[in-house]
Amino acid sequence: MTAGKAYICMAEKLLIKGINGPVVTVPGQTDLSMMEMVYVGNNHLIGEVIGITDTAATIQVYENTTSLQPGEPVERTGYPMRCMLAPGLLTGIFDGIGRPLNKIEEMTGAFIGAGANVPTVDTEKTWPMTMKVAVGEQVEAGTLFAVTMETQSIEHRMLVPAGVAGRVTWVAPDGEYTVEAPLVKIQTNGAEITLNGVTYHPIRKPRPVKERVAATEPLITGQRVIDTMFPIAKGGAAAIPGGFGTGKTMLQHQFAKWSAADIIVYVGCGERGNEMTQVLTEFSELIDPKTGRSMLERTILIANTSNMPVAAREASIYTGVTIAEYYRDMGYDVALMADSTSRWAEALREISGRLEEMPAEEGYPAYLPSRLSAFYERAGSVKTLSGENGSVSIIGAVSPQGNDFSEPVTQNTKRFIRCYWALEKSLAYARHYPAVNWIQSYSEYQLELADWFDSNVASDFTSLRVRMGAILQEEDRLMEIVKLIGSDLLANDQKLTLAIAKCIRVGFLQQNAFIPQDAYVSLDKQYRMMKIMLMTYDKAKELVLRQIPVSVMEKSGVFEILTKLRYHLADVEPGGEDPVWQEIEQNLTSILATYAEK
Amino acid sequence: MNIEFVGLREINGPLIVLDGVKGAGYDELVKIKTASGSRLGKIIRIDGERVVVQVFEGTDGLSLHNTHTMLTGKPMELALSRSMLGRIFDGIGRPIDGYHDIYPEKKMDINGLAINPVSREYPHDYISTGISSIDALVTLIKGQKLPIFSGPGLPHNELAVQIARQANIRGGDYCIVFAAMGVKNDVADYFKRSFEQTGALSRTVMFLNLASDPITERITTPRCALTAAEYLAFEKGMDVLVIMTDMTSYAEALREVSSAMEEIPGRKGYPGYLYSEFASLYERAGKIKNRKGSVTQIPILTMPNDDINHPVPDLTGYITEGQIVLDRTLDRQGVYPPVSVLASLSRLMKDGIGKGYTREDHQALSNQIYASYAKVSEARSLASVIGEEDLSETDKQYLQFGRLFEETFLSQKWTESRDMEQTLDLGWKLLSRLPRETLDRVDDDMLDRYYQG
Repeated sequence: MTAGKAYICMAEKLLIKGINGPVVTVPGQTDLSMMEMVYVGNNHLIGEVIGITDTAATIQVYENTTSLQPGEPVERTGYPMRCMLAPGLLTGIFDGIGRPLNKIEEMTGAFIGAGANVPTVDTEKTWPMTMKVAVGEQVEAGTLFAVTMETQSIEHRMLVPAGVAGRVTWVAPDGEYTVEAPLVKIQTNGAEITLNGVTYHPIRKPRPVKERVAATEPLITGQRVIDTMFPIAKGGAAAIPGGFGTGKTMLQHQFAKWSAADIIVYVGCGERGNEMTQVLTEFSELIDPKTGRSMLERTILIANTSNMPVAAREASIYTGVTIAEYYRDMGYDVALMADSTSRWAEALREISGRLEEMPAEEGYPAYLPSRLSAFYERAGSVKTLSGENGSVSIIGAVSPQGNDFSEPVTQNTKRFIRCYWALEKSLAYARHYPAVNWIQSYSEYQLELADWFDSNVASDFTSLRVRMGAILQEEDRLMEIVKLIGSDLLANDQKLTLAIAKCIRVGFLQQNAFIPQDAYVSLDKQYRMMKIMLMTYDKAKELVLRQIPVSVMEKSGVFEILTKLRYHLADVEPGGEDPVWQEIEQNLTSILATYAEK
Repeated sequence: MNIEFVGLREINGPLIVLDGVKGAGYDELVKIKTASGSRLGKIIRIDGERVVVQVFEGTDGLSLHNTHTMLTGKPMELALSRSMLGRIFDGIGRPIDGYHDIYPEKKMDINGLAINPVSREYPHDYISTGISSIDALVTLIKGQKLPIFSGPGLPHNELAVQIARQANIRGGDYCIVFAAMGVKNDVADYFKRSFEQTGALSRTVMFLNLASDPITERITTPRCALTAAEYLAFEKGMDVLVIMTDMTSYAEALREVSSAMEEIPGRKGYPGYLYSEFASLYERAGKIKNRKGSVTQIPILTMPNDDINHPVPDLTGYITEGQIVLDRTLDRQGVYPPVSVLASLSRLMKDGIGKGYTREDHQALSNQIYASYAKVSEARSLASVIGEEDLSETDKQYLQFGRLFEETFLSQKWTESRDMEQTLDLGWKLLSRLPRETLDRVDDDMLDRYYQG
């Protein structure tokens, strides 16, 4: 598109007056428009207009303002903060406003300097483009006009942008082109428009779609406690609240590695630098089981580490979701991980404070809920403009202050998401990972996805899941009693419930990310594990009815088999009766026989 | 620029306001002269020709008319050279050990710049500290930021000194940068003496801002220290251990300045940007690709009222790569170092231990100790309700394991350094007192090799 052309600056000259951290003011009645992108100062720092009054305009600057002086100029661009979308995003790592960190490293070295204005994707690299339209064809928004293989496994589909329709007058021959080279010309009502590989889209505005469709399919993550207990749908929104050290980031990494999405956008928002480095190095070594290629090939990283400028932290979330929507529009299932949305909310608070706005709860601005909802609402399963099915699933980590889940960010997030995976400190302390609390967590998708699980995994999947949940609930109740009187005084059947619940906790809910056969577990294996545990429970109940103490079963090693079930079962069904189940059954039957003799 | 601005418009706590200042840059350093001498300040807000300056040595003795203020044209910089080793500076980097100024090889902005995540090298090499609880359970990694969460009266200073003394960074040029923020005179003295006794003083750089020194300098103290650390690490190729104490005093200094600026407070009156401020310090730890040195941070903070949910420990924990938490109950039992095992964590440890680093069984052992020790606290709380007598056999075994673990594994002498092998073997010896089937975090192979039941 040609909209990227520089906007001719008006006669008025904009000069800086006030500077307060990342907030800069320009005096007078200006022509600036809200959310317009500007260049601030002699170093051309990137900024955005966030407030206009009759006496001044307020700008938030996405870079460090050290040494900035009043009187330095502010330059208009005429367009809102936007993201450059083109082939070359995949495998990349960008800062909060979409600048490639690799290029910045080349320019300013190991430490990030100011004023590095680099386009998001390499405009010199050529791509083998295949044209998908012919001269004379009528095209409209969403029509596919060219494709290129962005990585070995991902085809990048270039679509006619929203608002453009007409007849094709010229098409470039197939061949190697840069992203900015003209590919197609279209005659619209009155004007000829040239299309190339680049689209610009304002980061704060959702990309248009034909319609939203209901979520019917789960996003498989390979994590038992998620897939079986609290599944998320493709196009769903989920939150992972948890204090520090509870494993939010670990869980996010697991999702990024194993979830069955086509594209992963990972936003490191105000988090640790080393973690981003870890994602970078680890993902380039990991192999995607689906494609046999490096995991990094389906991944886009946005990194605004906690010591990078705070305003860019606020933007990073939007940059990430805009990129996610862009790939969704090509018909892909995209999963966006945002770690952590609390840092983003704090960035809002920090800037709001500098603007001396009236705070609502705990210093957060009153518009926190509306910003949160606007972000999470960008998740969804849709029919794209070109008629394809695509989805963006959002998984946001929340870092509650002081581990207090009643604080504003957690509470407001809870209103706009449908999956809530609460991480608990006491579980993490006992190294129960993932530390998802099975009593507090919930998934509103459970009902909608029940059909899918029952027809795609096993017809009794949902009923087994419900039973397992009930056992855990019962355990929770019994533990209250145990805390008071110890477990010795419980009835035999209650002891059995506790024993099985423990097997479920240790053997099923816990999952070890560092052991290859346990890092990712197929739905089928999850089902078989669950099934064996519940079959054991049923069989053991028969023994309890015969007054056989639970300790006898414990000694037979049955429960130990259950807690280590994940190592005994293969990922794919071996066919016929499971030998593990046979062993358990024999064990229990022989106990039964011995007792019958007595 | 040599223009002097005479007089002030306003004085408010550590802040002064000047009118009619032209050409001031944000974050710029200014010099304020009075009849009795000169002091430094930093521009923290600009509104046209009005600037707000934070005065480092405090505003005592300033009046609206007796000052001459000069712009220096640059942000605050620290003079750097290898000869800083062995020297003592104040909170804004001026020597206070009676010797001459250092001859700078280079000057750097104390605010530093963010390390590009692309340029970082993921830390892998563990630092053996000779302390069992840390080495086995919260392994320290070169390039990590691992704070000590403590409370008044707990032996965090002793622990920090012991770590600094025993830290074994293999094959590197090792030095210590020490930053004291608002600590008592005798604490600073304790560190100085300890470094002296162990001969470490000659490879230590100290920045001291004592409890009686101005709070505005306290805000620059860690920045000076980290600038020195980055210089020694990334320009001189040294492995630098930075000890910063006490982060709580630093946060309180920030709060004081913020309140003087009439900013909207966040939690407990701390400014909303406390997280960003902490991050701008803690994130200056790490390693950089293709460069030799490393910056490892051990910040120390005292939790007010031992409350781990207080904003200072809370925000710190969200930024740092784990935490070592000290526990008052253990301390009262005479356990030194009183490391609260369950609350402590090292996030980088998983990649720096195990086969090829420490020993193949390290991860499994540490997981199992955590899990078993968690059971100990369950058994203890049960025992406090129904009495030890009525506990089940397993629970009794847990109680015994807990006692032994605290007495022999956690406890060690201040002068005692145990190597990794010793520590791990000791761990297995203790675990072996528990029935084998309760060890559910270890696979059978490992148990066959190490379980001595």
